[in-house]
Amino acid sequence: MLRFVARRLLQMVPVLFFVSVIVFTLINLIPGDAARLFLGEEASPDALVALRHQMGLDRPLPVQYAWWVGGMLHGDFGHSFKDNRSVLATMWQKIPVTAELSAMGLLIAWTIAIPAGVLAAWRRRTAADYTASAAALTGLSIPNFWLGIMLIYLFAVNLHWLPASGYVPPNQDLGRNLRTLIMPAFVQGVILAAVVMRQLRSSMLEVLSADFVRTANAKGLAAATVLVRHALRNAVIPVITVMGIQLGALLGGVVITESIFSIPGLGRLAIESIYARDYPMLEGVVMFSAFAVLAVNLTVDIVYSLIDPRITLVGGRS
Amino acid sequence: MSAVAGALPAVRPRAPAKRGLRHLAGRFARNRLALAGLLVTALVIVIAGGALWIAPYSPIKTDFTAYLQPPGGRHLLGTDELGRDVFSRIIFGSRASLEAGLISVGLGISAGVPLGLAAGFYGGRLDDVLMRLTDAMLSIPNLILALTVVAVLGPGLGKAMIAIAVGLMPVFMRIMRAQVLSERGREYIQAARALGAADRRIIWRHLLPNSVAPIVVQGSLNVAGAILAEATLSFLGLGTQPPTPSWGSMLNAAQQYLTQAPWLSIWPGIAIAVTVFAVNVAGDGIREIWDPRTR
Repeated sequence: MLRFVARRLLQMVPVLFFVSVIVFTLINLIPGDAARLFLGEEASPDALVALRHQMGLDRPLPVQYAWWVGGMLHGDFGHSFKDNRSVLATMWQKIPVTAELSAMGLLIAWTIAIPAGVLAAWRRRTAADYTASAAALTGLSIPNFWLGIMLIYLFAVNLHWLPASGYVPPNQDLGRNLRTLIMPAFVQGVILAAVVMRQLRSSMLEVLSADFVRTANAKGLAAATVLVRHALRNAVIPVITVMGIQLGALLGGVVITESIFSIPGLGRLAIESIYARDYPMLEGVVMFSAFAVLAVNLTVDIVYSLIDPRITLVGGRS
Repeated sequence: MSAVAGALPAVRPRAPAKRGLRHLAGRFARNRLALAGLLVTALVIVIAGGALWIAPYSPIKTDFTAYLQPPGGRHLLGTDELGRDVFSRIIFGSRASLEAGLISVGLGISAGVPLGLAAGFYGGRLDDVLMRLTDAMLSIPNLILALTVVAVLGPGLGKAMIAIAVGLMPVFMRIMRAQVLSERGREYIQAARALGAADRRIIWRHLLPNSVAPIVVQGSLNVAGAILAEATLSFLGLGTQPPTPSWGSMLNAAQQYLTQAPWLSIWPGIAIAVTVFAVNVAGDGIREIWDPRTR
């Protein structure tokens, strides 16, 4: 087990290396002078030269790249062009917010998708199945930013039930925290629910036609017992993989939901740093989100092996 | 030599193409939902092509005597903050969506297929590097990758399409590579090689034609996503630029008037949802007829 985790962690290194090359190349393709962006238009030439030297911009690109990566390995992701904040410290402030939003979105997604997926597979080719499948396809087709706007219009503008936007930390006021997050979390959850429901339906259909389910039914076990204890437990495994793959989409969606609902998380930081041309911050966010995606996929693989003893981890014979 | 190589296609173990296509079309027609999706998609294409004749007003002509008018009356879906006819703007907005959907998937395929083919066919170092590259690209969330590319290229519809295509490219690289790896060892390829067929001939006559199905299936599933991605980038102000109408940028402008003029936020969203739903359903239908596992 430990050997497997170590191996997979080592495999992340070349991928993250390539991510850093892609990000560095892209950012350096952007026309314009970082020192001028930092100091503003009316900076004196001397100050520009001095800052370029201080930022290392007068060195060759491979050297700059090495400095940047070296810094990150020491936990120094650089400083914002906009207000000189430390990139890493700023990200640390935003990560819990995005993590809470994503966790709530996941919870909502599972709450909708599991009963819907089980029902659709169990009552295959009935009105319930068609309704659930059509609802899932609708969830995949509705743009998430539009769903957010419509929810704001209904629940904040018209009914005044929920605040339209903003964020309150949970340790300050948990009730208000949840009230501000419920709409964005729902928006996050809908797409994921659609994906999970479709995957769960098809893997449930496969499991339901298996011999052991027929045996369980023949034994006279209650339908609910067979569905949950026998079928769902086996069908859920491929769904978890899909969830891991979907995390990238989830993190991308955060950019949208956080900017619509004005939530100070990583997604909003990404879009703000693009608008403000704050490249060190953007680099940091991209690197972190790639790292998060890889880390979650590794976790999924480990969880996988824990729930399904049939799966042996390569390199983990001990 | 050339006579022998010329005889190869005759012994290729493949069903005659014509009968196969008609068979597939028949199966598609029996899937009524998919057919409906295809019809709605066709309708959107007709609307986009004939926008000039269908739209009652100019999509960009402003009229300050009739701004923010509610739906009904002279303007079927109302007017926006500059007095432009919303119905006409939605009709013209379909162009940006369709262009983005088709062109960005096309770009993704034309970049991903040759690279995936090279990786699978030549293997070795090249394969290692290209595959780690796709791993890296796939680990960056799609929207964040697209945003970064737009940050480099600047805003605009064409640039947004490139940004979307960059995210799609690794998907097609993976599929093409997998296809090449599974075909490369087959007997007919070995036979072709034994008969002296050049790499180029094997690629064009055998590997590419055999990969059309999975690429088309994946591509048709990605069109819907690309339409959504264009709408998203335009909504963020980074895609289609004003005054050209696009459903995403209409929603962006409408946000400020949500309390005063909610209809501005409703129609473009419905247009996106209906189009994407139709394309999704059609794409699912295409996958079902072509992918033997879902039969």
